[in-house]
Amino acid sequence: MGDSVTTGRGAYILRRLLLLIPTLLAIYTLTFLLIHATPGGPWSQGEKPVPPIVLKRLNEAYGLDTPLWRQYVDYLWNVSRGDFGPSFTQRSRTVSDIIGDTFPVSLKLGMVAMAIALVVGIGLGTIGALKHNTGIDYLTSFVAILGVSTPSYVIVSLLVLLLASTFHLVPTGGWDGLSSTKILIPAVALALYPAAVLARYTRASMLDVLSADYVRTARSKGLREYSVITRHAIRNALLPVVTVSGIVFADVITGSFFVETVYSVPGLGRYFVKSITERDYPVILGTVLLLGAVISIMNLIVDLLYPLLDPRIER
Amino acid sequence: MASRNAPVITAVAADPRVAVALPSSRIEGFWGGAFRRLRRNRLAFASAIFIVAIALAAILVPMLASTTYADQDYDVVKQGPSRSHIMGTDQLGRDIFIRLIFGARISLTVGIVVQLVITVVGVPIGMLAGYAGGKTDTAIMRLVDVLYALPSLLFVIIIMTFLRGTFDSKPGGIWGVIADLDSKTGGLVGVYVGLGLISWLTVARIVRANTMSLKQKEFVEAARGLGSGHRRIMSRHLLPNTIAAIVVATTLGIPSAILTEAGISFLGLGVIPPMPSWGLMISEAIPNLRAHPYMLIFPAAALSLTVLAFNFLGDGLRDALDPWMKR
Repeated sequence: MGDSVTTGRGAYILRRLLLLIPTLLAIYTLTFLLIHATPGGPWSQGEKPVPPIVLKRLNEAYGLDTPLWRQYVDYLWNVSRGDFGPSFTQRSRTVSDIIGDTFPVSLKLGMVAMAIALVVGIGLGTIGALKHNTGIDYLTSFVAILGVSTPSYVIVSLLVLLLASTFHLVPTGGWDGLSSTKILIPAVALALYPAAVLARYTRASMLDVLSADYVRTARSKGLREYSVITRHAIRNALLPVVTVSGIVFADVITGSFFVETVYSVPGLGRYFVKSITERDYPVILGTVLLLGAVISIMNLIVDLLYPLLDPRIER
Repeated sequence: MASRNAPVITAVAADPRVAVALPSSRIEGFWGGAFRRLRRNRLAFASAIFIVAIALAAILVPMLASTTYADQDYDVVKQGPSRSHIMGTDQLGRDIFIRLIFGARISLTVGIVVQLVITVVGVPIGMLAGYAGGKTDTAIMRLVDVLYALPSLLFVIIIMTFLRGTFDSKPGGIWGVIADLDSKTGGLVGVYVGLGLISWLTVARIVRANTMSLKQKEFVEAARGLGSGHRRIMSRHLLPNTIAAIVVATTLGIPSAILTEAGISFLGLGVIPPMPSWGLMISEAIPNLRAHPYMLIFPAAALSLTVLAFNFLGDGLRDALDPWMKR
C-alpha cells in the first residue's frame, strides 16, 4: 500500500510540474504580446533621436527586424535552452547575468523578511487567540490590520527617518549582504505586510481550533493548558497558515521593489521598473517568467506540504 | 429600519433570509438586519462615517477652495504647516492640504471604479463556470489558475505601460475617445482598466463556489421544476443569493485597489503629474524626508487611515451579512 501511495504522489508531482509548461507559455505569450503592442521601442529613449541607419543596424543586430511571430518563436527557443538573450540597454550584459546578480539579493532579503514575518505573525496571532476579546487581543488585531493598511515604502521611509537620520543606528540605504546592519530596515519593512496577514490567519484558525471537540477532550483529560496548546491546538491551527505563507512568500519576492527602490537595494524588483520604462524586452520577459515560475512552484510546494501535515487530505 | 427598543431580536434572528417576525410584529428583511448588525459594530460604523466624511471633503472642498492642486506659489516653497497652509506646502509651493483632497478623489474613485470593473467582469464569469460546470468550468478555471500565477503587480505595470503608450500615440476611433478621457482625468482611465483587468479573479472564484453550492439547493430545483430557464434561475435565484458575498468581496477589494494605485503612482507609472495621488505625493516627499517630514506624514496618514477604514468596514460587513459565523 505504501508503494502505491508514493507512486501516486510521484505521478502527481510530475503532472503538476508538467502543468508548469503551459502556464509559463501562457505567461510568456501574454507578456510578449503586451510589450510588443506598446508603442515605442527600446532605442527611442534618449534625448536625441537615433539616426535611421543606426536604428536599422540595432534592429538587425538584436533580431527586431524579423516578423513578430519569428521573434516569438526564436526567443521561446532560446529560453527553452536557458538563454534569456542580451539586455537591450546594458549592451555588454545578458539577462541571465542581470538576473544572476539581482535575484539572489531579492531572494535573501525576502527570506529574512519572511522569517521575521513567520515568527512575529504566528506569535501575535496565537497571543491574540489565547487572550480572545481582551485588551491584548484588540491590540494585536489592531497592529495586524495597521500592517495590512500601510504600504512598505512608507514604513521604510519612517524607519529611515527614525533609526537612520535621527538616531544614526543604521545606514540610510544600501546593501551589504546578510551579515550587515543594512538589511535591518528593508527586511523589517518588507516583513510587516506578511506578518500582519499571517497574524490574522493564525488568530482566526487558532480560535476555530480552540473550540474544537478534541481540544475540549484534551482539557478534560486533565492535560495542562500549556500541553493542550502546544501539542494539540497549534499543530492543527497552523494548517491554513501554511497555505497562506506560500502565497505570501511569493508576494514578498514579487513585491519587494518598493522597498528596494527606496532603500537602494540592488535587487530584481528595482531593475524591473527600469527595464519597463526603457522597453528592455528580454529583461521584462525574463523577470516575468522567473517570478511566474517562483509563484507556481510556491503553490506546488504548498499543495504538496498540505497532505503531509493533514493526513485526512488524500491526493 | 430596526427599532431600538427590540433587544429580543438577537435571540430570534436565526435565518435572516427568512423574514423574522419581531415582537412588535414588524418584519425585518435581510438587509435591514445586516444594517442593524453593522451599526452595532462600533469600529465598522465609525469607519463608514470616516469614509463618508472623506468623500464629502473630496467632493466639496475643491468646489469651495480658491486654489487647486497645480497652483504654485514660489514664495512658500517647502514650508511647514501654518495658518494659510494648514498642512504646509511641497517642493513646488503647492498647498499640501488641497493636493491631499484631490488625492482623496483619486483614491476613492479608484477603489470604487475598479470594483465595478471587477464585478462586471468577474461575476458573470464565475457564475457561468459554477452554473455550467463540466468542460466550460474546467476551461474557465484553467484560465483563472494561469492568471493567478502571474506576478500581478508586474503585470499591472505592463498593462499600464501598454495603455499609456497607446493613449500617447494619439489613436483614432473609440481608442481616441478613451485616450482623451484618460488625459483629461490625469491618467486615471489607465489605472482603472489596468487594475480591473488583473483583479477579477478572486471575485470570480467566490461567485463560482457560491453558485456551485446554491444550484444543488431545493429552491433552485423547485424553480427548474416550475419551468424556469437558465437565465431566470441565474438572475432571479442564484444572483440575489450571492449578492452578500459579492458585497463583502468588493468592499475588501477596495483597500487593495487603493494601495495598488498608490504604489503604481509612487513608482511614477500611475497618475500623470501635476495630478496628485497619495502615492505620488509620498514619493515626492522622500527626497525631502529629513528636513520636511510633514510632506510625508500627511499623505501617508491619509492613505493608511482610508485603507484602514475600508478594511474595518469590510470586516464589519462580512460579520453583518454572515450571521451564521460566530465571529
